[in-house]
Amino acid sequence: MNSSEKTPFWRNVAVLRWAFQLAIVAVVGVIIAILVNNLLVNSSSQGIPLGFGFLSQPASFPITANDFRDTQPVWQAMYEGVLNTLRVVLVGFVLATVFGVLIGLGRLSGNWLIRTISTVYIEIVRNVPLLLIVIFAYLGLVLEVFPRIEDSWDLAGTIIVNGRGFSIPWITGPFVGLLAAVVLSIAAGLAVRRWRLRVAESKDESAYVVPWMAAAMVAVLFWVGFFAGLGFSSPSIDGRNVVGGMTMQPEYFALLFALVTYTASHIAEIVRGSVQSVAKGQVEASQAMALNGWQRMRYVIFPQALRVAIPPLGNQYLNLMKNSSLGFAVSYFELTKVVTTSVGTRSPAVPAFLVLMIIYLIMSLTISALVNIANRKMEVVGR
Amino acid sequence: MMIWLRKNLFRSVGDSLVTVIAGSLSLYVLFRIVRFVAVTGRWQVVETNLALLVNGAWPTDEIGRLSATIVLLGFLGGVASAVAGLVTSDVDSEPPTLFQKALDLAIRLWPLALIVGLVLLLSTTTGPLLLTVGVVGAVTVGRLLGGLLPGRVRPVVIVVALFGALASIWFMSFGHSWDDWGGILVNFFLAAISISLCFPIGVILALGRRSEFPILRMLSTVFIELFRGVPLIALLLMAKNTLGFFVPQEFTPGAAVRAIVVFVLFTSAYVAEIVRGGLQSVPKGQIEAARANGLTPIPTTFRIVLPQALRNVIPALVGQFISLFKDTTLAGVALGFLDLLEGGQAITQQAEFRGQGLVIETLAFVGLLFWAGSYTMSRESQRLESKLGVGSR
Repeated sequence: MNSSEKTPFWRNVAVLRWAFQLAIVAVVGVIIAILVNNLLVNSSSQGIPLGFGFLSQPASFPITANDFRDTQPVWQAMYEGVLNTLRVVLVGFVLATVFGVLIGLGRLSGNWLIRTISTVYIEIVRNVPLLLIVIFAYLGLVLEVFPRIEDSWDLAGTIIVNGRGFSIPWITGPFVGLLAAVVLSIAAGLAVRRWRLRVAESKDESAYVVPWMAAAMVAVLFWVGFFAGLGFSSPSIDGRNVVGGMTMQPEYFALLFALVTYTASHIAEIVRGSVQSVAKGQVEASQAMALNGWQRMRYVIFPQALRVAIPPLGNQYLNLMKNSSLGFAVSYFELTKVVTTSVGTRSPAVPAFLVLMIIYLIMSLTISALVNIANRKMEVVGR
Repeated sequence: MMIWLRKNLFRSVGDSLVTVIAGSLSLYVLFRIVRFVAVTGRWQVVETNLALLVNGAWPTDEIGRLSATIVLLGFLGGVASAVAGLVTSDVDSEPPTLFQKALDLAIRLWPLALIVGLVLLLSTTTGPLLLTVGVVGAVTVGRLLGGLLPGRVRPVVIVVALFGALASIWFMSFGHSWDDWGGILVNFFLAAISISLCFPIGVILALGRRSEFPILRMLSTVFIELFRGVPLIALLLMAKNTLGFFVPQEFTPGAAVRAIVVFVLFTSAYVAEIVRGGLQSVPKGQIEAARANGLTPIPTTFRIVLPQALRNVIPALVGQFISLFKDTTLAGVALGFLDLLEGGQAITQQAEFRGQGLVIETLAFVGLLFWAGSYTMSRESQRLESKLGVGSR
């Protein structure tokens, strides 16, 4: 072939690549156009509007647990739904992590019995549908096993359990005061930590960081809490009601119980895998350096295991957030239940579910972003 | 024995204390469970509704069609597993004796045997027993036949088995509309249909996400993240409420079609991520070697990269199938199937059982069926994983 001859465009790779991509875009575009056209035709023939005006219409259904009346607009109902979702998800993150780590370490325990119990728990819970656990927690545990209010289970006036809910002691007083107390206490703890480390370095004596920090934090917490008017209230039974403390609704308790049980079993497996992934030489080296069990865990195993564990842990948090939508099955008014109910009363289905999708995507992407940040931080520290 | 006890249960004072407390607690729980199963549990509700839990309200005169399909599926499964076993078996080890084989099977399949035995025990007719014998026979014959096939035809056999399975399920739907299916059948068939349909889409999406074409990459990424970011039950409710708007009014899809559409789209996003992991695990040298040997990109992908990638992700795909099998319960609550879980709740509302608090009994039975299925599958996938040597090469 003569090299001065120009390549014809149908054999030019650069042209072909763009032609191929444009063809795919055209196919996808046509599919979307057909779907949108169907949507427009069907909506107009059924007389259903497609805008987002429904968001400011009255919701015409109440959410009793949130004091939401049926005359308030739909967007406020969705706002309450998001709040309810966050309520169960954030508490679920903490509890699932705590139980998951405990069970995961139990699986690695030197005690045969603890190891077996943890294994049996994990193998049972992981292989059962989450929906079954949710429904069992609600219809079985709360409605069948929990007693009536007259025969409430009362754990020395701290936890009261009956068919109307699960009550625990709780802090009373202004939220701003609580926030101030917590922030100041953490600040005091960090300040004390720095001071102790400096003392330890300059005078070459033991730092005792943990006891000093704990003492400072508790002292500041109580001192600020006292002046901010914070109090402590335990639940008690008054006639046919539980007063004081904080009472979780039966639906909330059932959903939280199921999410924590299920997610903890997955987190336990992650914990086990990541601890086992720490090279054996690391443990042996730390033993050779005469670190005790706690130091070995805190300074050698934990930092390395955490780096392995963060991506799958993030996945579990993401799953927990999405699984909170199973509250639908027990009529806990989280986002999915709110949107479905509002579609059942008056709201047009397509825009309402579009809003639901966008909200879930925002929450998913937020969690992914946070996990990515944590992941990057760990890597920088590690290497 | 004493040394074992000392080493595993009573290493120190604290350890002994933990052992005693945890031991007495677990003995108590075990006692309560045994008492519940043998004494206090009222299993009448399960016994009466056994057929409803297994195959829903399947019409009696169509039961032959159902049984034939299940036996055929067992045969196809046997052939496929024999062929897959040939692919992965190691040649060096000597063949196990019959006793070893039986022992191995018993260890591997005891949960399945347990629930089949339980169902047979609770059933009053001879139909289930005949069906069990038929399925076990069909699987055995299928395995033996599959072992005799020459290696060349294996991929063809797998494809034929897959299409045969789909066709037989379709054949089954003649007798009894999909939307009226119920019991554990609906869970299993929804999962099986969805996983076979979503697999090609998932592979295409994974290739798209890793391709060098920016627009293709963007489209695949958007699709995958869209379906992974929204809860499955919300998607199912969306299909229930909005799918009708997106198709011409002449064909309003039924509940089963809606469920399958959602499961296929949702699972293909997850399968795409699994396959992407497999694609990343193929060493770059393989692609370079293929290109050096004069293969163009498409044969490189289909003859060099994909076979290695898919082989590495088989266990993860089984895991995805298990979670799909469990997630089919969501179709029950969102779209109103009387699947195993939803049907289990419904039977406690029957006139003769209402208001007696039988939820725990039925949910325990339902849970046992789900557990046996997914526990067996997850152990098989672990076995496959060690057999394939994923991660060790």
